[in-house]
Amino acid sequence: MKSQKMKKGKPGIRNTVSQNATGILPGKLEGRLQSVYRIVAAVMIVLMFVLLATAMLGMPEIGDKNNPDNNEVARRYIENGLDETGAVNIVSGMILDYRAFDTFGESCVLFVATICVTIMLRIDGRGGAGDDEETESSKKAFGIRESAFAKLDNRNYEPENDTILRKSALIVFPIIMVFGVYVILNGHISPGGGFSGGAILGAGFVLFLSAFGFNKTERFMNANTVRIITLVALLVYCLSKCYSFFTGANHLESGIPLGTPGAILSSGLILVLNICVGMVVACTMYSFYALVRRGRI
Amino acid sequence: MDTIITILFVFLLVCAVAASLAKDSLVCIILFSAYSLVMAVIWILMESPDLAITEAAVGAGVTGILFYATLKRIDQIDMQAGTKEVTATRKLKKS
Amino acid sequence: MWNLIHEHLNDLVAVALFVIGFGDLLFQKNMIKKIIGLNIMDTAVYLLLASQGYIEGRKAPIVVDGVRDAAAYINPIPSGLVLTGIVVSVSVTALLLSLTIRMYRKYHSLDLDYCLMMARHEDKVNG
Repeated sequence: MKSQKMKKGKPGIRNTVSQNATGILPGKLEGRLQSVYRIVAAVMIVLMFVLLATAMLGMPEIGDKNNPDNNEVARRYIENGLDETGAVNIVSGMILDYRAFDTFGESCVLFVATICVTIMLRIDGRGGAGDDEETESSKKAFGIRESAFAKLDNRNYEPENDTILRKSALIVFPIIMVFGVYVILNGHISPGGGFSGGAILGAGFVLFLSAFGFNKTERFMNANTVRIITLVALLVYCLSKCYSFFTGANHLESGIPLGTPGAILSSGLILVLNICVGMVVACTMYSFYALVRRGRI
Repeated sequence: MDTIITILFVFLLVCAVAASLAKDSLVCIILFSAYSLVMAVIWILMESPDLAITEAAVGAGVTGILFYATLKRIDQIDMQAGTKEVTATRKLKKS
Repeated sequence: MWNLIHEHLNDLVAVALFVIGFGDLLFQKNMIKKIIGLNIMDTAVYLLLASQGYIEGRKAPIVVDGVRDAAAYINPIPSGLVLTGIVVSVSVTALLLSLTIRMYRKYHSLDLDYCLMMARHEDKVNG
């Protein structure tokens, strides 16, 4: 196979591992079951496409004005969106002021995702479940050196200092970070906001990590800072927007002046919430990559 | 403006079909990153720039890298498990 | 017929992408390609949802020099919904990928049927 010649040493099964599930059914019956499954699946797909396509033809025309969902709610958002939230970007104003509690739930989804991925992929060499399972099986079965997985964090499978990546990362990394911070801070003025800015920052950290390895990244983004940043951001968001439980979902003035629309320090609380959401998203993206890469943030 | 969107939609469909028919997982992932970049351009033409930035940063950026990191991790697990189990499954694949 | 398709182009493309992604889930053996299929379905649904808010000839919902009347901007609500959806689908992908890694660590294969068969075999063996 072409891809296997590239790698040194034992090639991995990366592409299609398509051994059929033998063993239970005799070969011929297994084959026929497979083909029956494929035919039924193909028929179902074609049927689904025809059904959905005909349903789509009944939908309102794309782009016409009196589309049923351009009702008074959208008009309400657009017309006094700027006055009530102070955000020039109505989408950000809607997400972080009218529906701030809903976006808080969404940030918790990201936090829970990080927890679950940590539980599943955790290898920390101190006898964690993942660690034992591998080192035991590898030690017992093949006598491979002690706890090979504990040393996962150094770059034993990648070129040590990949000069092209390092040099380009040196140039690109600051630009990505400045752009990410810009997108977060200007969330309520220009398009962007917490989510996109956070994703950009997360991608920047991932680039730094893959270029300069873990030791350099640990100086800033080690496990504690990631945890502290996420917790502080979620707590600030929670304290500032969870009152709707008690006030029956009507709005409490946040006391921060709305300021002149268009200025960075305008639109009251939206700027704070944008920063919180941006931090949560950035830390989540970074910890996803770090966990998949070495089982430890 | 309509022609551009139709061309982009055609390219989107081509990317999606190619990503499902590709043999090698790495090719699949690269095609998926291309798919989400085209999607980001479509969001711009649909007058919603917020979605464009998010889709670009998330679709090609983070998801693509996560897929690639998983492939690296799978190769690491292969290297760690040593030869015995690996060749066993490869023999199965060859038959 | 042709302008009927043109009027609903976004929805038809979204449905086509959804079916391609769904086909991926059904036919692909490799777990990573199934996850890519799921992502394609995600984007298809977001395309359908956000293209309902699009209004021909209107600008993005950013209030430019104080123009506040609703006839100048597109409908902001669908793009607000889809924005959070895109980020959530990244978390779903991350969860699926970590499950794939754990599956690969135990059964050394990305083929779902093979792993299920091995799991059933193991349950039978150790009772």
